[in-house]
Amino acid sequence: MRRGALLLAAPLLLGAAKPVLVPDVSQREIEIAYSFTGARLLLFGAILYPRGRTPGEEARTDVVVVVKGPAQSIMVREKEKIAGIWINAERTRYRSAPSFYAIASSRPIERIVDERTRAIYELGLSSLQLSPASGAVAAEQARFDRGLVDLKRRSGLYYEDPGAVEITDDVLYRAAVTIPARVPVGRFTAETFLIQDGRVLAAATREITIRKSGFERFVARSAERASFAYGLAAVALSVAFGWAAGAVARRL
Amino acid sequence: MDIYLPIANLSVNALVIILLGFGVGLLSGMFGVGGGFLTTPLLIVYGIPPTVAAASAASQVTGASVSGVLAHFRRGGVDVHMGLVLVAGGVIGAVAGAGVFRLLQQSGQIDTVIAVLYVLLLGSIGGLMLTEALGAIRRLRTGEPPRAGKRRHHPLVAALPLRWRFYASGLYISPLAPLILGMAVGMLTVLLGVGGGFVLVPAMIYLLGMATSVVVGTSLFQILFVTAAATLTHALTTKAVDIVLAALLLVGSVVGAQVGARFAARAKPEYLRLALAVMVLLVAVRMLLGITWRPDEIYTIELS
Repeated sequence: MRRGALLLAAPLLLGAAKPVLVPDVSQREIEIAYSFTGARLLLFGAILYPRGRTPGEEARTDVVVVVKGPAQSIMVREKEKIAGIWINAERTRYRSAPSFYAIASSRPIERIVDERTRAIYELGLSSLQLSPASGAVAAEQARFDRGLVDLKRRSGLYYEDPGAVEITDDVLYRAAVTIPARVPVGRFTAETFLIQDGRVLAAATREITIRKSGFERFVARSAERASFAYGLAAVALSVAFGWAAGAVARRL
Repeated sequence: MDIYLPIANLSVNALVIILLGFGVGLLSGMFGVGGGFLTTPLLIVYGIPPTVAAASAASQVTGASVSGVLAHFRRGGVDVHMGLVLVAGGVIGAVAGAGVFRLLQQSGQIDTVIAVLYVLLLGSIGGLMLTEALGAIRRLRTGEPPRAGKRRHHPLVAALPLRWRFYASGLYISPLAPLILGMAVGMLTVLLGVGGGFVLVPAMIYLLGMATSVVVGTSLFQILFVTAAATLTHALTTKAVDIVLAALLLVGSVVGAQVGARFAARAKPEYLRLALAVMVLLVAVRMLLGITWRPDEIYTIELS
């Protein structure tokens, strides 16, 4: 009888041996309106340890948060000096590079996990899976990868923010991720990882939708779906502005 | 004051864009150049994607030309007859240019071709204008009588068959000459995203030998129609016309164009030409540095 009870309880006990993540984000939807200059996304949550016991000093846990934008198919070109002028020479296509990538962690990511784990979970800018489409030599590919990441990093679309995740009393965590105004619209994912001793103990994903709203949405849709009318509207607008200014100036 | 641009997908300072439009409008009213050759590079420097910059700058040039054309119409400074021939050529050139644009875009060389064309055109035309304007000013200073007021057109123009009379321009030449000129300019409008005034004005003076009183007005007339056609082409093909960006540019530029037209009526034409020549040369030098110096960005990303 006692044995049977133990067997029944075993899976429960095993499951409870791992901590559980309860993540959330401050906004599930970000609307782009006329005054949009970017958004500050707050990612927060709790770490539930089995039987409420926090691991203490000897087994420190870390939290890593990754926000990714929709994947894009892109072409990267490299300039080279030929006959005195800089022109586009080599090029590489990437089938699906993230349009936005931000990683926030409670410590520098290199000190939390080893290279292999970083590559598996795509943690850090040097471990991104960029899926190149052309079969270039490894060295050349790496050069393009670095160029792409560097360009994206300087425009604020890729970044690493070690130390941005704050953990309070080993239970609550929070991190702020800044999303610049020039991100594309679409479905973003916010992944949270709980890591201990270089192993990912728990992971959870939340989705965030970024879309244009109101007038901005109307304009973007019209340009896409009613191109001719949109073009005519643009021409009419310019002519009207020009004519109005002329009419006003004559009165002065 | 930040405003989000729905097609460019980024937010800009509205005041900066309006001031930029004003400055360009001022030049367009004064010299009869559309100003696209300044707007497009400036917008790119500000961080607007190149295709959006070129497509939206074209509609700004349209607006600046309307007020300019109206101002010149009242002074009788537009040769409509000549203008229509130029527009016809311009539309043909724009369509041909769109095909060339696509080919260059696919091979990834469009940026280089644009920059090289800018340097060659602006450099040669700017140099030509500078020597001409300096000569005119020297004659003005020394009180030497201006060159015998006999306008002449290029011998090649005179050789063309089928002569028409262009009364307002004071010309009796073949319409093929302005038609070909219009085609070349229309091609440039699509390729470079400019109105083409900086090519048109000198060509009208030095190649066709038009009466200077109608040169500026007629070039604005041609620019008005060809840029409108270019805006429509962009709306249909690249879908990169940002109407919010265009509106901001327009607010500044239409006001600037009025101020410029008034200023032009008072200023000495020799000095206006000198100022335009210097400005054109400065842009040419800037573009030359852009392609010969090591660029800030070795890599460029493009959606595919």
